[in-house]
Amino acid sequence: MTATALTADERLLRTSPLRRLLGRPELGSVVGALAVFLFFALVADSFVRAAGLSTVLYAASTIGIMAVPVALLMIGGEFDLSAGVMVTSSALISSMFSYRMTANVWVGVCVSLLVTLAIGFFNGFMLTRTGLPSFIITLGTFLMLTGMNLGFTKLISGTVSTKTIADMEGFASARAVFASVLTIGGVDFKITILWWLGLVALASWILLRTRVGNWIFAVGGGKEAARAVGVPVDRTRIGLYMGVSFAAWIAGQHLLFSFDVVQSGEGVGKELTYIIAAVIGGCLITGGYGSAIGSAVGALIFGMTDKGIVFAEWNPDWFKFFLGAMLLLATLLNAWVRKRAEATK
Amino acid sequence: MARFRTWVGIAVAGALGASLAGCSSTGGKRAEDAREAASAQGRAAVDTPRWTFAMITHSGDGDTFWDIVQNGAEQAAVKDNIKFLYSHDDEAQQQAQLVDAAVDKRVDGIIVTLAKPDAMKAALARATKAGIPVITVNSGSAESKAFGALTHIGQDETIAGEAVGEELNRRGRKKALCVLHEQGNVGHEQRCAGVAKTFDGTVRNLYVEGTDMSAVQASMGAKLQADRSVDAVVTLGAPYADTAVKARQDAGSEAEIDTFDLNAKVAASLRDGTLGFAVDQQPYLQGYEAVDLLWLHKYNADTLGGGRPVLTGPQIITKDRAAELEQYAERGTR
Repeated sequence: MTATALTADERLLRTSPLRRLLGRPELGSVVGALAVFLFFALVADSFVRAAGLSTVLYAASTIGIMAVPVALLMIGGEFDLSAGVMVTSSALISSMFSYRMTANVWVGVCVSLLVTLAIGFFNGFMLTRTGLPSFIITLGTFLMLTGMNLGFTKLISGTVSTKTIADMEGFASARAVFASVLTIGGVDFKITILWWLGLVALASWILLRTRVGNWIFAVGGGKEAARAVGVPVDRTRIGLYMGVSFAAWIAGQHLLFSFDVVQSGEGVGKELTYIIAAVIGGCLITGGYGSAIGSAVGALIFGMTDKGIVFAEWNPDWFKFFLGAMLLLATLLNAWVRKRAEATK
Repeated sequence: MARFRTWVGIAVAGALGASLAGCSSTGGKRAEDAREAASAQGRAAVDTPRWTFAMITHSGDGDTFWDIVQNGAEQAAVKDNIKFLYSHDDEAQQQAQLVDAAVDKRVDGIIVTLAKPDAMKAALARATKAGIPVITVNSGSAESKAFGALTHIGQDETIAGEAVGEELNRRGRKKALCVLHEQGNVGHEQRCAGVAKTFDGTVRNLYVEGTDMSAVQASMGAKLQADRSVDAVVTLGAPYADTAVKARQDAGSEAEIDTFDLNAKVAASLRDGTLGFAVDQQPYLQGYEAVDLLWLHKYNADTLGGGRPVLTGPQIITKDRAAELEQYAERGTR
């Protein structure tokens, strides 16, 4: 690398574009994603067909929509274990509210948005007020939501899944927004891919171009230091949790409008999937470091592995094993790339 | 580091020594291999092209029941010269994506379970649009035809539950406990509802956390202790019957234990009278017939069932037939 005058302030140094690229959190995961893609392209020919790619992208988008705000939250130094069941809760609320009130489906969708945001607010509020670790707070929320999903569904529908709302007013337009299929060049792409890319763009803009983004990095880097320089720590953290619940609402509405009936017991364990995607994408568990694009790449790796194993006709019993190995490899790669980037500064 | 190597060496040597010195003359892998060698070796019995069939189920990881279904399907696949692919996921969205992946692969036939029918609707529509024949198994008899499947092979859960209720009446039971080990499984709810429909006594539903056996045992034990009038426990899966027996011992209860489904342990317990009866839906047959019927459809455009589901159960199994079925259960086909 070029030798620079040591007298200048390090913050004012001109860094070469290459070095800037090396310093990006998602670089390691991009390399990993290319490797995974090439690997499956070689072992499974249907993987690289347009239809196969669209299935992979869809799988990635259903994880990615949630991985974006979860990554932001992790950059802010917190966890959300309730993210998985919150998706199911959000879908259940929409469906059952519309059904019980015999209201236009959009009414249920709006009510669901408010309630889901309230759950996110509850998480953030409890965290800032009690000072308990987010792991404990959201573990409590996770268990409560799991119970409420089942309890309320049984109470209202009499069974463990919701009743159909496909014949109600507004269903068609809501399906168009949350679960339609776009045909581009003879290949079907699900609309969740657009939602996902939109969320990634929005989150990247917030992180890199706004004051709020700086607050998120500051809160994750060190709470007390951030508070000392005037960052609204509590508001930032509550906002981050509400961001997770907003994405959970989108994912939940997709679940509802693509399948019309929601199973109350689902979503458990998904929260770890989102965290894995964020970590593979370069987020640090300790906070203060990561990116939204990284979470998208992490979700893409997850989707490619998930479906690639099927396309390659391997025994799916081993899927979790590969996933675990990949998580370790990706994290090691990220750490190594980061070290190299910091060493050359 | 050197010390670490020494320890590893000792451990490896110890493990090898133990496995060589401590040979068992009964059971184990060797006995199993001998049994398998004695049974017929699998070879294709037909010369049709090597078609590919994919089976996608709603099973979780490591499930006994689905293992038997898979065994049946694989056996038929060998006989019919079929390349057989199996995948599963207990989340509806994931299962639908697996069906999509099978369609993308342009397989020649799809076998699918409809435990969460609404979630599978779009994926099955894609399959029929692509001209891939679909057969549904195990769950979804009501939706199978509407979703464009050739036929459905399985057990009607309500009818199976009703059969259990009638059998309990025959045995003069008064108060039954129906143990549901999967909260959110519609088929399980139907089974218990079926029991309640035909049983003259009262039925109580007990929900347990099926993935945690010790918790299952504790819940059942507590219930049996709390309510001494329970004289029959109905479990909805073979592994839970054995747990119910333990719970009965814990509680010192006299209740009869009956179960849905079969495994080697259940067959043995039926033989020695620990269990009352089992209701079998012949999972092996579900897998075997699904592959075989797809082959028949490809080869001869045959369909079975005349637009109605083909039922593989319920079959009530009591003490007198248990001994015969035990050997089949041990090799993983009953």
